Amino acid sequence: MSERKIVIPGETIEEGNDFLPGEGTEKTGEKIIALRYGLAEESNRLVKVIPLSGVYNPRRGNVVIGKVEILTFNGWVINIGTAENAFLSLAEVPGFVNKDGLDEIMDIGDMATVKISGINKRGVDVTIKSRGLGRIDEGIIVSVNPNKVPRIIGKEGSMINLIKEETKSNITVGQNGYVWIQGDKIEDELFAKKAILFVTEKSFTSGLTEEVKKWFEENKK
Amino acid sequence: MTYKRKDGRKNDEMRSPIIAKVGIVPNADGSAMFQIGKTIAIAAVYGPKKMHPQHSQNPERGTLRCTYNMLSFSVEDRIRPGPSRRSTEISKITQWALDPVVMLNNYPNMVVDVHISITQADAGTRCAGINAAAMALAHAGIPMRDMVSSVAVGKMDKTIVLDLDKYEDSEFEDGEGSTDIPMSFTNNGEMTHLQLDGKITKEQLKEAAKMAQKASKEIYEIQKKALKESLGDLK
Amino acid sequence: MIKTPYVTGERIREYLQENKRFDNRKADEFREIEIELGVSKNAEGSAKVKIGKTEVLVGVKMSVGEPYPDSPDKGNLMVSAELLPLSSPRFESGPPKFPVIELGRVIDRGIRESKFIDFEKLCITKGEKVWTVIVDIYSINDDGNLLDAAGIGAIAALKNAKMPKFDKKEGKILYGEKTNDSIPLAKEIPISITVHKLGESLIVDPTREEEDISETRVTVGSSNGIISSIQKGNETSLKLEEFDKVLDIISKVERDVFKKLEKFLK
Repeated sequence: MSERKIVIPGETIEEGNDFLPGEGTEKTGEKIIALRYGLAEESNRLVKVIPLSGVYNPRRGNVVIGKVEILTFNGWVINIGTAENAFLSLAEVPGFVNKDGLDEIMDIGDMATVKISGINKRGVDVTIKSRGLGRIDEGIIVSVNPNKVPRIIGKEGSMINLIKEETKSNITVGQNGYVWIQGDKIEDELFAKKAILFVTEKSFTSGLTEEVKKWFEENKK
Repeated sequence: MTYKRKDGRKNDEMRSPIIAKVGIVPNADGSAMFQIGKTIAIAAVYGPKKMHPQHSQNPERGTLRCTYNMLSFSVEDRIRPGPSRRSTEISKITQWALDPVVMLNNYPNMVVDVHISITQADAGTRCAGINAAAMALAHAGIPMRDMVSSVAVGKMDKTIVLDLDKYEDSEFEDGEGSTDIPMSFTNNGEMTHLQLDGKITKEQLKEAAKMAQKASKEIYEIQKKALKESLGDLK
Repeated sequence: MIKTPYVTGERIREYLQENKRFDNRKADEFREIEIELGVSKNAEGSAKVKIGKTEVLVGVKMSVGEPYPDSPDKGNLMVSAELLPLSSPRFESGPPKFPVIELGRVIDRGIRESKFIDFEKLCITKGEKVWTVIVDIYSINDDGNLLDAAGIGAIAALKNAKMPKFDKKEGKILYGEKTNDSIPLAKEIPISITVHKLGESLIVDPTREEEDISETRVTVGSSNGIISSIQKGNETSLKLEEFDKVLDIISKVERDVFKKLEKFLK
């Protein structure tokens, strides 16, 4: 198989013993079967299905964006759009925090960029102890299909850097599909939003970076 | 005397048109519509998400929850909105039809909601609903072993026919009358759903099941085509 | 699912102060409206209405029953709505909650009070048998402004409807035999438009994001410039000057929307 193709659940992707089943697939007899809808891809004999849709599954180390829903006596409960809310403990905040002043750090309704530090039976633990994390004070939040996030970021951040440069905006892409854009002017932020939505629409065309450069040429005033 | 179909179809012919489409509800995690003849079903999937109420949570695996509902004006005699005994049963039947292919082991305490609405009814609504639901589940990226395709077979007097329309299902009364047998199959050929109302011999039923299984493959191809063509529509 | 965040809301309000919206529309501009008629063949009339990504399905069924004692020679109207869990992660199964009850009632009054339906012509036998017009509204996708979409859908489905035959002897409706007669309707189409207040700004046809931060809304049902129903919803108060502006906006938007509907409802 040279090209990527869309497969549906139960579909045979490859036959014969030359191939190994990767993520989203299963080997039944000599057949490699798709276990979900997505793009089938083969490299070095390994066959996998790249999802096109589906909810975000939290992973350790992911930066995500969420909304503060509850203040507890020792931290914040944050909705990151997953089945279980995330918990930010007081201990995961840089510097000293007065226990009575939790709301001064982050209050109910505030948006925050957080990093997943652990996943256990109880739920998802997050931290804001690294650079660039914490409360979001201004800008816009855009919601996208979380499966498109890798394309929005691009190889080593090439795509998101291009968009940042062209729109003169700061952009943080949460792995959960929430994107925070902050620019000097609202126009810049909306321009960045438009560019990001363009990437999500075209996300599986080849030569996407060139395509996006062209889009910027055409859409700049 | 052999039974001749009113609309001129062959005995093993489904109604037309058969139309399938995905991405019809932009808000949903996955969605689809399935039309066969004059019957139209739409389905939307939300999840996996947290299961409410909490006592319904299963700590072993995720739960598939289907809700079948007919729009009040989808039939000639208006249906009062809200669940009925009939819709409650079909909701469960739909879940059973789909459960064998859906893999929710990695989603303990969560639920995948499938909401099905019949927007226009002319017999075979549960089958159309199951077809739309299977597509919507796939479209939502839910892990699945296979697809499910559903169709009814029946017996009109002594003749086995495929995909009953409303006349055949509820008005035909000649001879032995009408028997309705909705069935669902995986593409692998396994049966996931079977119901029967009427009178039929075991031999006839075996013949009918074969006819339905064959037709389910045709439906599968239509579902597959719709899913493959939808790339641009994903939210 | 996360509802429109506060920071985004701030930006929407800021931008509105410059009289601009995120999707480039003017404050008093509707999104594209699309109407498809006769989408559900067992209904006497039906319509699918899309406003941007918002979509509703409306059907009209006719039934025969006894008139109310205080109007023995008049037909009846019943409007009900359902916010299908299919149409939004925010809607849940279960008994109807306030928003959906309000939706049905606002649309009901918009149709009833404008005298759009000629109820006297829906009388079969005075004091005994009259037609009841039943309008059922379903949400299919909620991206804001279901209220106005539902109103447009109800009007479109009513215009689309054909009366079924009534067998007087048997006292039965023959649904299979539609006549060529429309429901007796007035010539002037009643339109209801909702104006929302966001910060200091007044807008129409909010997207989901905008509707999330709406502080108050006023739905005005009118026909040919004559107002016949109003509903102010939500907690925030409105200055009288603002209300004057609401009415000015309604006059303009009504004409715009009417123009958009004309090609579908001829």
